[in-house]
Order: sequence, then structure tokens, then C-alpha cells
Amino acid sequence: MGELANAIIFYCLAAAIVGMSILAVTSRRMLRAATYLLIVLICTAGLYLLLNYHFLAVVQLSVYAGGILILFIFAILLTSSHGDRAYSHDKGRVIAGIITALAGIAITTWITMKHHFLYGENPALMGDRQIDMKEIGQVLIGTGKYEYLLSFEALSILLLTCAIGAILIARKR
Amino acid sequence: MVTMEHYLIVSSIMFFVGVYGFITRKNLLAVLISIELILNSVEINFCVFNRFLYPEHMEGMFFSLFGIAISAAETAVAIAIIINVYRIANNIDVRHIDKMKY
Repeated sequence: MGELANAIIFYCLAAAIVGMSILAVTSRRMLRAATYLLIVLICTAGLYLLLNYHFLAVVQLSVYAGGILILFIFAILLTSSHGDRAYSHDKGRVIAGIITALAGIAITTWITMKHHFLYGENPALMGDRQIDMKEIGQVLIGTGKYEYLLSFEALSILLLTCAIGAILIARKR
Repeated sequence: MVTMEHYLIVSSIMFFVGVYGFITRKNLLAVLISIELILNSVEINFCVFNRFLYPEHMEGMFFSLFGIAISAAETAVAIAIIINVYRIANNIDVRHIDKMKY
């Protein structure tokens, strides 16, 4: 029963992801494209939940859907003009893009189906093994093997630098 | 039964839809949205490989965690640059921003 429910949820999420990502790159209006991107990101968080990465799903929702999308919508509203709607897409470029995308999808799907991944019955998939918050916190600020204090700190400095740089670039002179 | 290949196919479709958008879109913000799609599909892949092949480790999850944070930083800087471009060129269409090209 659980497997069937998982499969149904997965197929709904996959259909939503595929459809909405195609709409996000083909929609003429930028605000709609941003909304479709929001739906894709929320469905991705659903996939993380399906894989039992609860913390990652929350991070995805709060950082991507909460933070980045707000930035996008602000930028779209600030720079909205008739630019994106007035011109039709370049025909040759669209055909080249479609050919590239279809060829890429075909090659990667073929390779994925051809390769046999070796994994047995995985108890983690059915929710038997969840990663608890304490473990994640320990790994994030530990200094041992497979622990990530250095990259965590480097990331915090990177975010600080990006905030300062963004203010510096976008301010009025 | 949902196997690993299902997730990989979904994420590869998402990746190449992002590539298509990156090639065809003319608005800088639309190009940025395509880049977000590409990054997101790669993060799904990290998690899927981690969960199916190495369920006792957490490296894939942390890689996508750091990837999400880095893409947030990248988006902030890119949007600052785009707003600055809009202020200078009054347009964010890639065909009209060719002042430094020739």
C-alpha cells in the first residue's frame, strides 16, 4: 500500500515538474515563468520528502521558494517592460534548442536505462531510516572525516561577500 | 515501484528543458530561470544517488545543501548585475546589450 501511494505521488510530482518546467522556459510573460518555476521548486521539495530528506525539503522550500523566488519577482517587477513579450522567438534558435534538448534527453535516458545500478532492498526509502536533526548538525560543524565545518564557514563568508557585492553593484552612484 | 531510473529521467528532462531555455530565451531573467532549473535538476541527482546507492552516508545531501546555498548567492549577484544593466541600457534583452561586444 505504501509503495503504491509512493508511486502515485511520484508520478504526479514528475508530471508536474516536467510540464511546469517546459512552461517556465516557454512562457512569454516573465511573471508567469517565475510562478511556474515556483511550482517546479515546490515539487522538487516533494521529491526530497519522498526520498526521506526532510531537512533538505525544508531548506529547498525556504531558500529557493521563499528567498530566490522573491528576488526573481522583485527583479521582474523592477525591470518589466515590453521587451520579452514584443518579440517572437528566433526560429532557427528554437529549432536548435529543441534538437539539443531532445538529443540530450535521448542520450541520457538511453544511458540510464542501459546501465544497471546495483542496489538492493533499501530500507531508507520506505522511511525506516530518517536522518535526524542532531546528526545533521553534528556533521555540519564537525571537523572529522565526512564533516563539513570548513565548507560551512567558507559558505557563510561567500554569502556575506555576495550580499555586500550585490549592494555595491546595484546601488545608485 | 519507483526505481532510481525514474528519478534520473525526471531530472534529466528538467536539465535539458533548462538548456533549451538557456539557448532560446532572450530576457536575462529568463536565462537566469533556466539556470535555476539546471541547478535544481543536478541537486535532485545528488540526492537520488545518495539515497539509493549509499543510504548510510550523507554526502549527497550535504552537497545539494551547499549547492542550494551557492545558487542563492549566485542569484543575488546576478540579479544585482541585471538591475544595473537595466539602469544603464534601459533594457534587459540580450540582443540590445552589445555595447561591449565590438
